Amino acid sequence: MTDALPTARKEWMACLAKAPAARLAALLPDLPAHDTLRSPETGAVMVRGRVGGTGEPFNLGEMTVTRCSVRLACGTVGHAWVQGRDKGHARRAAVADALMQTAGAADLRARVLDPLAAEARAASDMRAGKAAATKVDFFTLVRGEDA
Amino acid sequence: MYVAVKGGERAIDNAHAWLAEERRGDPAVPELSVAQIRQQLRLAVNRVMAEGSLYDPDLAALAIKQARGDLIEAVFLIRAYRTTLPRLAAANPVDTAAMAVDRRISATFKDLPGGQVLGPTFDYTHRLLDFALAAEGAEVPPAAIAPAAPGPVPHVTGFLNRDGLIEDAPPSDATPPDMTRDPLELPASRALRLQAITRGDEGFVLSMAYSTQRGYGRTHAFVGELRIGRVGVEVEIPELGFAVEIAEVELTECETVNQFKGSKTEPPQFTRGYGLVFGQSERKAISMSLVDRALRWRELGEDDSGAPAQDEEFVLYHCDNIQATGFLEHIKLPHYVDFQSELELVRRLRTEAATLQEAAE
Repeated sequence: MTDALPTARKEWMACLAKAPAARLAALLPDLPAHDTLRSPETGAVMVRGRVGGTGEPFNLGEMTVTRCSVRLACGTVGHAWVQGRDKGHARRAAVADALMQTAGAADLRARVLDPLAAEARAASDMRAGKAAATKVDFFTLVRGEDA
Repeated sequence: MYVAVKGGERAIDNAHAWLAEERRGDPAVPELSVAQIRQQLRLAVNRVMAEGSLYDPDLAALAIKQARGDLIEAVFLIRAYRTTLPRLAAANPVDTAAMAVDRRISATFKDLPGGQVLGPTFDYTHRLLDFALAAEGAEVPPAAIAPAAPGPVPHVTGFLNRDGLIEDAPPSDATPPDMTRDPLELPASRALRLQAITRGDEGFVLSMAYSTQRGYGRTHAFVGELRIGRVGVEVEIPELGFAVEIAEVELTECETVNQFKGSKTEPPQFTRGYGLVFGQSERKAISMSLVDRALRWRELGEDDSGAPAQDEEFVLYHCDNIQATGFLEHIKLPHYVDFQSELELVRRLRTEAATLQEAAE
C-alpha cells in the first residue's frame, strides 16, 4: 500500500459508512462474487468526548456499529465498519472498499462514490443554510440618553 | 427475602396478551410506525439514546413503541439490549469544535465569531397550544435558507482562555475509566462523573442543577456556549492501522463559565462546567454542566456547603433511573415471607403490650 492510499481509502470508507444504506443499495445493487472473511457482525463502539471540549477523554456512551470483511475473486480484501445494525450495508460497503482497490475504481467512483458524496454534501449544505437563516443580526436601538 | 411462587403462568401470559392489545390501542386508529416515532418524536428518541447510553435512533424508537411511550421503560429496554453487544472498539474523542452546528448560542458574548445561531428551538415560542397541529395533513412551509458562511465556529472558552481569564482544559490521551466495565468507585474522577451524569435521568440532573441555582451549592453559572449539531466519529480500524470516520452523531454541548475567587496558587479566574449529551437535549446538557461544576468544589478548593449537588456519592448513586427503578419497583414483587415475619412480630408485640397493660390495671 502506498502512502497516498490511506488518505484516499479513509475518505471512501467514510463515505460508504455514512451513506444511507438504501441509497448505497440503489447505486450498487449487484455485488460481484466474493468470499466472506468476516460475516457482518453488529457490536458497540464507545463514543468519547473531552472534558471542556479539549481536555481529558471521557466515555459518552456507545453506538451500534456493524463490521464486515470480504475478499474478491482476484484476492483483494475489503473492510467496512458502518454505523447501525444493517448487515447488508456493511457487506456492500466492504465489497465496495475492495473494488476501490482494483482497476474498476474509477468506474465505481463515478457510479457510486461521487453521487453519494454529492448527496451528503447537499444534505449538509441544506442544514447549514437553514441554520444560517436563524443567525441573529443584532442592531442597537437608539437609547434615551443618546437622543 | 423472596420465595419461588408457582401458579401464575396463565395469569402472566394473559396479562402480556392484554398488554399487547392495550399497546396497540383502538385498531380503528392507524398503527404508529417506528419510522414515525423516529422522525416525529425525535426528542423522546434522543432522551432514550442518552439515558440508554446507546446511540441508535431506530432502536430507541422501537423501544418507545414497545414501552407504550414510557421513556424510562424504553431506556431499560435499550440498556438490556446494549449488554448483548460485543464492544468492538472505542472511538477517538469527538472534536466538538468541528461540529456542523444547527444551533449555537452564547449568553456571555453577543458578537462572537460564527455568530448566534438559534436553530430549531422552542425558545421564543409562546407555549400556546397549536390547534392547527390537531388537524392532520397540513403542509409545513419549508424553512428559510440563507447562504452559510463556511468557516470554523470556535469555542467561546477559547477566546477567554487566550487572555488567561478562564481555566484551561489541557488535552490528554489518558484512557478514561468506564463505569459500564468496572464498578463505580468513589472518589470518582471528573471523567467518570461525566459518564455517569450524561446517562443519568434528565429529571434528576435537572433538579440537582436547579438546586445549585437556588443556593444549594451555588456556582454562579453563565452559559458560555451551547451548541447542537453533528460531529464525526472516528474509529481506528485494527485491520488497517488507520482511523476512519465511520459515523456522524448528533450531540448537544454546554460550557458554563463560573466564578472562582482564586487560591494561594491560582489568580482569580473563571472556571468551567461541562455538559455533553447524545442528541438534541439542551435542558440535559445545561443541567449536566451545572452539576459537573458543583461537584468540582474539592478540586477548586471551595467549601463543602453540604448541598446535595456537591455530594458526589449522592449524585452519582442516585442519577441512574434504571438502577433507581429496579430497586424501587422490586418492592412490589412478592415479599410474602418477609411480611409474614413482620406480621407475627407485630402480633407478638401487641400481645405483650396488652398483657403489660392488664397487669398494670
